[in-house]
Amino acid sequence: MKKKDHLSIAKKKFSSRLIVGTGKYKNMLECSKAIKISGAEIVTVAVRRVNISDKSKPLLMDYVDPKKITYLPNTAGCFTSDEALRTLRLAREIGGWKLVKLEVLGDKKNLFPDMIETLKSTEILSKEGFKVMVYCNDDPLMTKRLENVGASAIMPLAAPIGSGLGIQNKLNIKIIRKQTKLPLIIDAGIGQASDAVEAMELGCDGVLMNTAIAKAKNPYQMAEAMKYAVVSGRKSYLSGRIKPSLFGSSSTTNKGLV
Amino acid sequence: MNKKNKIKITVNGKQMTVNLKFSVKNLIEKLKMPISKVAIELNREIVNKKNTNKIFLKKGDKVEIVHFIGGG
Repeated sequence: MKKKDHLSIAKKKFSSRLIVGTGKYKNMLECSKAIKISGAEIVTVAVRRVNISDKSKPLLMDYVDPKKITYLPNTAGCFTSDEALRTLRLAREIGGWKLVKLEVLGDKKNLFPDMIETLKSTEILSKEGFKVMVYCNDDPLMTKRLENVGASAIMPLAAPIGSGLGIQNKLNIKIIRKQTKLPLIIDAGIGQASDAVEAMELGCDGVLMNTAIAKAKNPYQMAEAMKYAVVSGRKSYLSGRIKPSLFGSSSTTNKGLV
Repeated sequence: MNKKNKIKITVNGKQMTVNLKFSVKNLIEKLKMPISKVAIELNREIVNKKNTNKIFLKKGDKVEIVHFIGGG
C-alpha cells in the first residue's frame, strides 16, 4: 500500500499542508467557516489582553475549537526577543501549547523579520521545550543557523506579510529546500492559488497564509481554492515532472499516418 | 466603605480597587473570566493557574490577563 503523505511537525502529523491565520476576518463566524472550508488543521492565533470592560465580546475559542484544530500561538506585533518570549510563555500558560510560531519583526513598514532577535529567541525557546516554527527571511545561511539552534520548522516569507506578491526569490527557497530536512513552510506574501501551487512545487512542506483568504472578496471560495492549490502543488511535486525542453515533442505517433 | 480595607491595583492597564486579602482567584471570578481560556501575569511573572487561590494581591500590583484572538 502507498504510504500516506503527511505533514509532520515536531512528531505531530497533519493531513492538510495548509496553515491559515485567524486575523482580518469580518467576524468570528466568517473566520470559522473559512477555516472549515480550507481544510486546515493548524491555525495561527495571537495573544492579547482580555477586554475587561466589555465581556460580551465573542471569544475565538468559542468559534474555533482548540480540541479539533491545532492552535499555533504567534508573536505578531513583537519587535524584540523579550516581547516574543513573554508572549509565548503566556500562550503556553493558557493551555499547554508547546508548538508555537515565532515572529519577531524588525520594521513596521515592510514587516520583515529581525533575524538577530529571531535567532536569539529560537535558541531560548527551544531550550525551554517549545517547538518553534520560525517566520524568517529567505536567507539560506540564516535558516541554517535557525536549524542549528533547534527550530522545529523553517518558515521563510514569500514576500512581505499581507502583500500578496507571491514568491519573490524562488532560487533561495530552492536552496533552503535542498539544505534542510526540517519542515519548510512558506509563510506570508501569498496572494492567489497559483502562489501556493508554486510554493509546493518548489518542494515546500506547507503554506501558511492569512490575508490572501481573509481579505479576498469571497473568502470562502478562496479558502477552497487554496485547499486544492496546496494539494495540487504537492502532488505535482511528488509526481516527477517532465524535463523542460526548448523544442516540441509530438504527443501523437506518426505511425500509421495516412 | 472603609478605605483602609481597599487596595488599588492595575489590571490590563486599568486601575481597579479590590478588598484586602483579595486573591488572584477572587479577581478572575470578579471579572467573570473563563480561567481555562486565559493566562495571568502578576508583575510580569506568570501565575500558575493552580495556585490562584494562594496568591494575594498587594497595593500597586500589575496584573495582565490575556487570551487568544484572531491573528496571522
